[in-house]
Amino acid sequence: MGTKSAERSFLSNPLKMSQPLGGALAFLGLGGALPVFHGSQGCTSFGLVLLGRHFKESIPLQTTAMSEITSTLGGGENISAALLKIFEKGSPSIVGLLSTGLTETKGEDIVGEVRQFLKLRKETVKTPVVAVSTPDFKGGLEEGYQAAVCRIVEELVPGTAPKKPFQLNILAGSHLTVSDLDYLKEVTGRFGFEAVVLPDLSRSLDGFIPDRFAPMSMGGTTLEEIRSMGGARATLVIGKSLLPAGDLLFRKTGVPSVAISRLMGLEAFDRFLLTLSHLSGRAIPESFHRERGRLEDAMLDSHFFLGGKKAVLALEPDLLNDFAAFMKGMGVSIPLAVSPTEAPILSEVPADLVRVGDLGDVEEGAGSHRADFLATHSHGRQASQRLGIPLFRMGFPVFDRLGATHRLLIGYRGAKETLFRISNLFLAREESPDPETWYPGSSGEPVVFDDREPVPIRPVVSAQLPPPENA
Amino acid sequence: MLTQKVQEVFNEPACDHNKKKSESDRKKGCTKVAQPGAAAGGCAFDGAKIALQPIVDAAHLVHGPIACEGNSWDNRSAASSGPDLYRNGFTTDMSELDVIYGGEKRLFRAIREIVERHRPPAVFVYQTCVPALIGDDIESVSKIASETFGIPVIPVNAPGFVGGKNLGNKLAGEALLEHVIGTVEPEVSTPTDLNVIGEYNLSGELWQVKPLLDRIGIRISACLTGDARYREVASSHRARAAMLVCSKAMVNIARKMEERYGIPFFEGSFYGISDMSESLRNMARLLVSRGAPADLASRTEQVIREEEEIAWEAIRGFRKDLEGRKVLLITGGVKSWSVVSALQEAGLVVVGTSVKKSTSEDKDRIKELMGDDAHMIDSMSPMEMYAMLKEARADILLAGGRSQFVALKAKVPFVDVNQERRFAFAGYRGMVTFVHEIHRALTNPVWEALKKPAPWDPDCRTTPIF
Repeated sequence: MGTKSAERSFLSNPLKMSQPLGGALAFLGLGGALPVFHGSQGCTSFGLVLLGRHFKESIPLQTTAMSEITSTLGGGENISAALLKIFEKGSPSIVGLLSTGLTETKGEDIVGEVRQFLKLRKETVKTPVVAVSTPDFKGGLEEGYQAAVCRIVEELVPGTAPKKPFQLNILAGSHLTVSDLDYLKEVTGRFGFEAVVLPDLSRSLDGFIPDRFAPMSMGGTTLEEIRSMGGARATLVIGKSLLPAGDLLFRKTGVPSVAISRLMGLEAFDRFLLTLSHLSGRAIPESFHRERGRLEDAMLDSHFFLGGKKAVLALEPDLLNDFAAFMKGMGVSIPLAVSPTEAPILSEVPADLVRVGDLGDVEEGAGSHRADFLATHSHGRQASQRLGIPLFRMGFPVFDRLGATHRLLIGYRGAKETLFRISNLFLAREESPDPETWYPGSSGEPVVFDDREPVPIRPVVSAQLPPPENA
Repeated sequence: MLTQKVQEVFNEPACDHNKKKSESDRKKGCTKVAQPGAAAGGCAFDGAKIALQPIVDAAHLVHGPIACEGNSWDNRSAASSGPDLYRNGFTTDMSELDVIYGGEKRLFRAIREIVERHRPPAVFVYQTCVPALIGDDIESVSKIASETFGIPVIPVNAPGFVGGKNLGNKLAGEALLEHVIGTVEPEVSTPTDLNVIGEYNLSGELWQVKPLLDRIGIRISACLTGDARYREVASSHRARAAMLVCSKAMVNIARKMEERYGIPFFEGSFYGISDMSESLRNMARLLVSRGAPADLASRTEQVIREEEEIAWEAIRGFRKDLEGRKVLLITGGVKSWSVVSALQEAGLVVVGTSVKKSTSEDKDRIKELMGDDAHMIDSMSPMEMYAMLKEARADILLAGGRSQFVALKAKVPFVDVNQERRFAFAGYRGMVTFVHEIHRALTNPVWEALKKPAPWDPDCRTTPIF
């Protein structure tokens, strides 16, 4: 085990996505929110298209449309112009302003610019505008998401709120799907808790068809909910990347936070349920017994296909850790786990080698370790095609399969689904042997022997074939 | 230098739209300045990448922080009949330290490592905003890299903040003219060699056209840049004639190749049956005028006759299901009127069509086709579009991918006519596919089901089971 970073001077097939994109994702989980990139119009356009391809929804995302000249002279005026235009056209309840590489290169103080803007227009502008520094040349999606959630807590959560002993705050990591969020609410509900999820993508990008059309997020955590967070019983921080936000919330309000880094698979979810039982003072409801039994059975049924398989994983840090541990527990060996960026959690990932890298590293590593499958986002499809091994699509973005965000990954139920889906990848490829597999090479394809370099085999001449039985 | 180039690109003599402007307007250029808080659309880098990436055997390296390539790679369906190096996303992924100390050295090392690993015939290096702002000189780095590694390294200087996609297209064209076209002599050359300029082979559309050209006897010497090999582009200066496809996007290449190498060009389209025939006729005419055998024209007419008959027959076949259904057609690059005639032949009623990118002649044709009801739309906000669909003033929306969710949220069928589409709509068979797709969308039973009231709705007519 160990961590190693890339030696190349370039990324070959990026795994990473930019910080502002992660920031936008966080804001899209707030009710009536409009994220805005402070950068050139292309910064927004790329983000917009990518988010749209994943969620299959129209994405509210605006730009300050920086030009060559404003980039050089400073973009304060563009920020004002953009905000005024936005308030003129519609009435979002929150605006999230995210800087980009372009505006950070000059060292613009985006937080200061917004403070100034709001100060000058105290009378007219009542909408909160949360500015976040998210330079493209640092970090990635998870960092941008984290930065945005921290700033939301900083700006919008008041120090005190009426006590609500049955409220739980959930700081939801960027790796959770819409179904994961639904399930978290359901599970905490079964213990008698009411959950405030921040950010809550399950109410904005879940594909619901509303009766109206608006150029802002269609739902999500409301301002009122955010303001109530100080009165909760506890905060569950799902994904260690959000620990700074949990700490911030604790320092502001005194609500204690519990860090939950794993929710996939049997043991991880056992611990989670025990935690909820402890927090609520209630026994684990019986409804979980059956769910757990079904997962046990799924583990039995799928271990035939997963045990001894080699997987190369390439995911954002929190997801990488949870999924790697889950797979490890199913007897899958992980010779290589790749993360797009550095993160403290990487030291916990149970793989032979954990490194920061790109999909070029994944392809190379999976080839040299003769991996049986890949688990990464849709961009892994090229590597999977070239290597001829299946790809388990997860993370962001998944644009060439439908329903990525409706996949449940966590809990007994999610683990069961995942085990079936991965096993089916192998079942779908299982073929019964035919003469071609018994006399390999007749198709001209190179034959691969274990532990040896691939060697091209000349076509088998019929004289070399064993004689037919009745000859 | 870049400012000069941008000015030059704006002052395009072969652009009809530009010619009609006054001297002072022309100086201002043709980009509409993007409005903060109300802008949509890609940047110049986006446009440049779109225009050059279809050169399939080259490596395309983006010099910049992760957003530019990381958020955008592998998202277009430009198809290749062979090499797939172009599908790889390469980027220098500039870090904070590169921003402070400059990224030129990293760029140089990146080019070297790509050349060593992949041995491409050429490397295209794309400039982006951050390195442009800190003054990284990609032209010099490319020049030195080219000399050091002995392969062409082409700088594409179109950072996002200089303007929109269309400008990026043109700057990419300038890069080809300056560094690529005319640098290699072709191995063979025939009297019917044709360049196709501005066709990117999205969803393999070029291959819907190429078999027809094969039948007529026209050879595509280079397609700029769909399914192109670097060598073909570099030796495209020996073609006899050229067709300019994607309206104004690469008009500068066509015009300058005419000036420099005497290659005459015409503007045409592969979309719509009459447009397709018109384009084939023009190809033959130009090639014959440059010394191709005279019977090229009659061979062309024969192919047109055969193909048109098959296509119209097939389209009329959809009439019984489509008669009277209302279509809202909002397209960008595709010439509206030429598609309108095919839609009408299938019995559809066009209730509105966009004319944002149409010329005044185009508009006259639309009026002629659609009569007095001509509902020409300059621009339409998503809200207006949603209202129109929701109120059932149109039965189907034909538009670009961005409008997809507007239609779907209004529970109205949608067919993608822009670059993200999954079907090839070029040529005669393509138009049949197009009408077939509309038929498939409109006749799907889900629309009925989706419009039924929910069981808790007072209007619900569904009865319980007794």
